Formats: sequence, structure tokens, C-alpha cells
Amino acid sequence: MKRVRYWSVKNARGLHWAYQGLEACLAVLHPIFMRLGYHRLDRGFAAVEKLLKGFLFDSQSCGQCTLSETGMACPMNCPKTLRNGPCGGVRANGNCEIEPDMVCVWVTSWQGSQLIGSPVSAIQVIQTPIDVRLKGSSAWLRAVRKRMGASEV
Amino acid sequence: MIFDDEPLAGENLPILPGHFSPGRFERVLRAGHFAVTAEIAPPDSADPHDVYERAALFDGYVDAINATDGSGANCHMSSVGMCALLTRRGYSMIMQISCRDRNRIAIQGDVLGASAMGVSNILCLTGDGVQSGDHPQAKPVFDMDCMTSLQMLGGMRDKGEFLSGRKISSRPQVFIGAAANPFVPPLDYRPLRLAKKVAAGAQFVQTQYCFDIDRLKTYMSEIRDMGLDKKVFILAGVGPLASAKSAEWIRNNVAGVHIPDDIIKRIAGAKDQCQEGVNICIDMVNQVKEIDGVSGAHIMAYRQEERIAEIVEKTKVLGDRTPWHPNR
Repeated sequence: MKRVRYWSVKNARGLHWAYQGLEACLAVLHPIFMRLGYHRLDRGFAAVEKLLKGFLFDSQSCGQCTLSETGMACPMNCPKTLRNGPCGGVRANGNCEIEPDMVCVWVTSWQGSQLIGSPVSAIQVIQTPIDVRLKGSSAWLRAVRKRMGASEV
Repeated sequence: MIFDDEPLAGENLPILPGHFSPGRFERVLRAGHFAVTAEIAPPDSADPHDVYERAALFDGYVDAINATDGSGANCHMSSVGMCALLTRRGYSMIMQISCRDRNRIAIQGDVLGASAMGVSNILCLTGDGVQSGDHPQAKPVFDMDCMTSLQMLGGMRDKGEFLSGRKISSRPQVFIGAAANPFVPPLDYRPLRLAKKVAAGAQFVQTQYCFDIDRLKTYMSEIRDMGLDKKVFILAGVGPLASAKSAEWIRNNVAGVHIPDDIIKRIAGAKDQCQEGVNICIDMVNQVKEIDGVSGAHIMAYRQEERIAEIVEKTKVLGDRTPWHPNR
């Protein structure tokens, strides 16, 4: 739903902090996740993420979440799935070249980034091309593993 | 313009110290000349002479020719094909690579092939959406975007590696470019967008059509404040509009082209609308060359390629230089 998606960007600051808090909480649980085995938890987490992020951000469950770097706007909603900024086709009213009734994902992303504060450092991170194998997997668990220095799976 | 170490047509120049490519275009820019590039219209044919004839219109007027890659998502002869034909004759080519039609495997293969053919310049583009062209039924690829393809090409050239990390035995020696559109939202992010492209490896940039000189000036002053004009060569995009009607059509139907009302009014009020379009283009070139940090002009004269000679001659942007061409 576009309306919820736009609301999320308008409230990017709060959601960003909620996200940071969630990641910290999950990081505390890292030893338990390790014992249980991340691979066993992935499906459950992915299902929760799909529901929650799908509702709030129209998340496409790419498994490589960039929401914190992209102003809480899911870049996979860009019809060109651009993960590194707006293309040159944005309409004068800020809407998408391909979907004229949708505000450009990157126009909203830039608004969200400015709300979060220190926008430049995050949005200027060059995102690597997507790994299609990770589609549908849990991005939260991946973020926790990365934060705790565990090996990438 | 003929260099001391001029090779035979179709063979590469030596790579000078501090240069990345064996091409004329990089040499012209690094020597501090105001460079002129032009876009060649790819034919809807399999006849090489269609390509040679179109390129010959630019002889002596441009430093490099952009071979477009299915621009506007319309099907034409490929950029690889045009580059293969024209590098054989010695032309300096800027091969455009769009991410719309090819994934990372295809793009990297094309880069190696292009470099082997003597293409010294590659322009990384995201590409127009398929819905704007003649095959809206097609599956858009967008495996990469312009940013990641810039980085990927840099890795191939500087690290000698494919994106996978596998080694390349002979590296593609290419001068890497990107596009910029200072004229569309989010306007305040556009300079940062260029900074990101430079960080990703862009060495030269060609902008979208400039019809709003004030907007370009604002953009360029932000670029200078960020020191980007020292890190990347910026060529301002210009082009003649054929008539007020076609300007109106372009404004409404071609993604990313911003044409202010006063430009359309000026053309509509002229007796010879086509000539007025060329006059406006000449004015634009004269104005962009005075902007600090602009290193050249990129002329996109779709279906009016024969007017490029007039634009270059009347603006005298080349000074006393005559760019190399095979019939010199």
C-alpha cells in the first residue's frame, strides 16, 4: 500500500530508531541463535519480516535490506530496482518515469534520509548489486550475524 | 588534430603516464581542450554503410562519438556493433552500456570485447524503462545499476578482476564515464548523486539536454563547492529542437528532458522554427563553455546530425583544432 509506505518515510526518524533498537535486541540473542542454528530460524524470521516490512514499507523481501541507508524507503519498489539513487527519468512533479502515479522511490528516500539526520553518509554508501539467491531470506538475521562478526551465510 | 605518436587507423595510441586509456578523447580532455562529443543515431539496418555515412557527418567536428545502447528502449543496431564498425576506421568511440537489457555476465563480456576492438571509452547508464520503447512487453533486466557497473568496470580495469573475483589476464584499458541529469527532482540531491558516481569510478560525465542554463549554473556552483569539477570532466549535453511541436512532444514523452516554457515560446515565435532550434543550441553551447568546470559539450542532435557542423563552426568551441577523422 502506497499510503502506508509514504507514512513510513514521513516517520523515518522514529522507525529508524525502532530499527536500531530491534537490531540491538536481536544482537543480544546472538548466542542463543548460534546454538539453535541460524539456518533453522531463517524461515520463521523471514515470514515475520515479510508481514511486517511488507505492510510498513511494501518490502519486496530481497533479503539484503538497505532501509536504514535509504531513508526507510524500500528501493526494490523502484521499477528499475535501483539501489543507489534516482535515475535521470524522474518527472518534474517528482513522480516515477515508469509509474506516473507513484512518487519516485528515491525522492521519498531522500526525504526520509534528511529526517533521519546525517543523511549524506548513509545514502552515499554504494550498495553492491543484489544477490538474487538471497531473495526471501531473513535480512534481520543477516544483519545480526554481520554485526556480531559471524560468518556470512 | 594529429598526435606525434599517431597510429594507423584502427590501432590504439600509446597510453600516456597518468592516463587510463589509449584513446584520443581522454588525451583531449587531459590536455585541457574544450571537447566536443556527439551522439550517433544507430540505424535500423544491417548495412555497415548506414553507420559509416552517419559517422562521416561528424568528421572534423567531434572528438568522440557516443554509440547509444537501445536509447529510449527502442531496438536499433547495438552499441557493440556500431563500435566494432567505427573503431576499425579509427574513430574514437564512447560505447554506452545500459543495465536494462544485460546482466553482469553479459556486460563484463561486452567490456572485454569492446576494449579488444579498440573502444577506449565506456559510458555506464541505468537505461530507460522498457515501457517507453517499441517493445514494452520485454522483461527489464536491471541486474546492475549505473553505480555498480561503474564500480565493476573499475574493478576490471584497476584490479584486473571480474565482479566474481576471477582474474582477467589482460585488462580493459578504458576511460569510464557516466551520465548526469541536473534538471530533475530531487534537485538538491543531484550534486550528491554525481559525487557518488565519482566515488564509484566515473572519470567523465555527460549531462542530459541543457535548456535551462540557470539551473545548470546553480548545479555547477554546487559541484565546484564540492570540488568535483577537479575530479571529473563534465560535458554539458546540448541539442537542437526541430520545432515547437516536437519540443512539446519531447517534454511530455521523453523521460528526464526538461524544457522551460520560454524556450518553446522562442521557437514557436520564429519564422524558421528548425533554424531557431539550432540557434538556441548555439546559444547554449556559448553559455555552457563559459561556466567554470565544464570541460566540453555533448551534442545530441537526433535526426538533425547534419546540423552539428554548423553548431560547432558558429560557436568556434574547437578554436583552431580539427579533431582527427579518417578522411583528413
